[in-house]
Amino acid sequence: MMLTRFLFEKIDRAGWVFLVLLGIAAVLVPVLNLAVPPGSMFHVSNTAVGLWGKYMTYALLAIAVDLVWGYCGILSLGHGAFFALGGYAMGMYLMLQIGPRGVYAHPTLPDFMVFLNWQELPVAWWGFSFFPYAMVMVALVPGLLAFVFGWFAFRSRVTGVYLSIITQALTYALMLAFFRNDMGFGGNNGLTDFKDILGFNIQSQTTRAVLFSLSVLALMAGYLVARAIVTSKAGKIIIAIRDAEPRTRFLGYRVENFKLFVWTVSAVMAGIAGALYVPQVGIINPSEFSPANSIEAIVWVAVGGRGTLVGAALGAGLVNFAKSWFTGAFPQGWLFALGGLFIFVTLFLPKGILGTFTDWWRSRQRKPEPPAATSASQPAA
Amino acid sequence: MLIDPMETQLPGDPVKAIERPQVVTQSLLYLDGVSVSFDGFRAINNLSLIIAPGEMRAIIGPNGAGKTTMMDIITGKTKPDAGDVIFDGQVDLTQLDETSIANLGIGRKFQKPTVFEMHTVEDNIEMAVKADRTVFGTLFSRHSAEIWRRVDDILGIVRLGDHRKRPAGDLSHGQKQWLEIGMLLAQDPKLLLVDEPAAGMTDVETGATADLLKDIAKTHSVVVVEHDMGFIRELGVKVTCLHEGSVLAEGSLDQVSSDERVIEVYLGR
Repeated sequence: MMLTRFLFEKIDRAGWVFLVLLGIAAVLVPVLNLAVPPGSMFHVSNTAVGLWGKYMTYALLAIAVDLVWGYCGILSLGHGAFFALGGYAMGMYLMLQIGPRGVYAHPTLPDFMVFLNWQELPVAWWGFSFFPYAMVMVALVPGLLAFVFGWFAFRSRVTGVYLSIITQALTYALMLAFFRNDMGFGGNNGLTDFKDILGFNIQSQTTRAVLFSLSVLALMAGYLVARAIVTSKAGKIIIAIRDAEPRTRFLGYRVENFKLFVWTVSAVMAGIAGALYVPQVGIINPSEFSPANSIEAIVWVAVGGRGTLVGAALGAGLVNFAKSWFTGAFPQGWLFALGGLFIFVTLFLPKGILGTFTDWWRSRQRKPEPPAATSASQPAA
Repeated sequence: MLIDPMETQLPGDPVKAIERPQVVTQSLLYLDGVSVSFDGFRAINNLSLIIAPGEMRAIIGPNGAGKTTMMDIITGKTKPDAGDVIFDGQVDLTQLDETSIANLGIGRKFQKPTVFEMHTVEDNIEMAVKADRTVFGTLFSRHSAEIWRRVDDILGIVRLGDHRKRPAGDLSHGQKQWLEIGMLLAQDPKLLLVDEPAAGMTDVETGATADLLKDIAKTHSVVVVEHDMGFIRELGVKVTCLHEGSVLAEGSLDQVSSDERVIEVYLGR
């Protein structure tokens, strides 16, 4: 009842198109993959399912980044850290599902711990064989880190480029820490060789199709949550903070609390994206913390259009599609292309693809009307 | 001239700070011996100022006299190096931040009109209207007819009803000034600090702004900083002239503008 009201009042046209297309994809892609024979022109290949599933998790990360950057003006160059932490939480669950099927056939310890001659599971790993606990950790670990980080950063009024640098340092520090073997998270090899998830074989095409659909559903849910936030009254305050932070304080709003809220929600969203990413790519290692990954996420959002949510997801899809193609065709050229794209978008499409398209669409819609645009319409108060 | 009838001790007396009763003063705003320096430059120098409840006061003074810095101190943006800033008889403003001070009931209009340019005019007002200001309160707030009635009222007062759906960034300079005054009204503060409300306005707009402020002053205490002497004459209130961070003269506009030192540093001969 409240949900339907929300759907019809707060979702704009771009949002509807986005949700409907995703809804169709969630059903159609698995059907075309599993039920249509490989010879048919309608068949969706196994590779495509894996690739698109990965894009969906990237798109969710992009929405998380857009929520803090596009709406609250917090340029995070470290959102990859939250993504990777969610991924590690999922990876730890998957590692413990391997059980005695590892190379060393140890009944409880993952291979890398046997290799390091450890005798028992470190405390950090306790409980991760229990799926619900692992899923709570997927949200809790990135959320808690973001909360503590944001508590200090926003209270001491660290903003702008200084905050960006600290977020960059955060993900870099985590990368260095996770590279160490004695951290107990598999060192530079990370976590891999996963066997099953909730008893289903992770390699089987059915499991992979289901993971794809779950990623799409998570993306839709992430969009709805983000949209609910930005269209609420709190959303107006968050945008006000982006545009004139001191003014918002003088109006009597606790800026740091609003920032902390979106920041934490966004980190949790990024963590969930990471958790869906790991079973689909089959590995998580410290390179996911690499600062370049977080910066790439910023490029997706800038390309798609920040402050649009749908545009961010679109940007993630398009840039990664280009990346897949490019790294196949010109492996050396990708980083140059990415840098060039970022410069092009910044200079010529400051509102990104969706923002530019929306402006063009509106100006086209407006043309037939007479020029007197003084609509003194009364509100529906 | 500066001594409040309720305040018998001399300013700067050290005993007073220690044995302060619960209610220090009956005045709404009480600044005593306030000083602040930036990199050795004394922006405010032993400033004392008292605003009575319901009073409207005009502040004049040359550039760099400390008018805006004084507002920064009252609203918590700048912490003074020394001195007392007491609001409503008992609240020490130097211990509070901008948000707390705003919620105590001190509203501020900036020298350069500062509105939320991407928001519509009506949203600017809606955000300012007195209501729950917590994260979860605003997150789950429902459409409130009461708040929007208030928005309608204020849009009527500041004559922006026809522009309510426009982004605030599209308004003219004068309209932005009015919108910001509207936001102040929406906050319903006990004390309004209004920095150069007539700057960049036409004569007609300036006159209308003076009328609006006089109207507001019937129910609120107001401090207006202005350079436009015609505007201040229209307000017809007590005037304080600041110079080099302290009070140079205080009284009616005629008294102040005939003061030799005021003519010397500010009005010119």
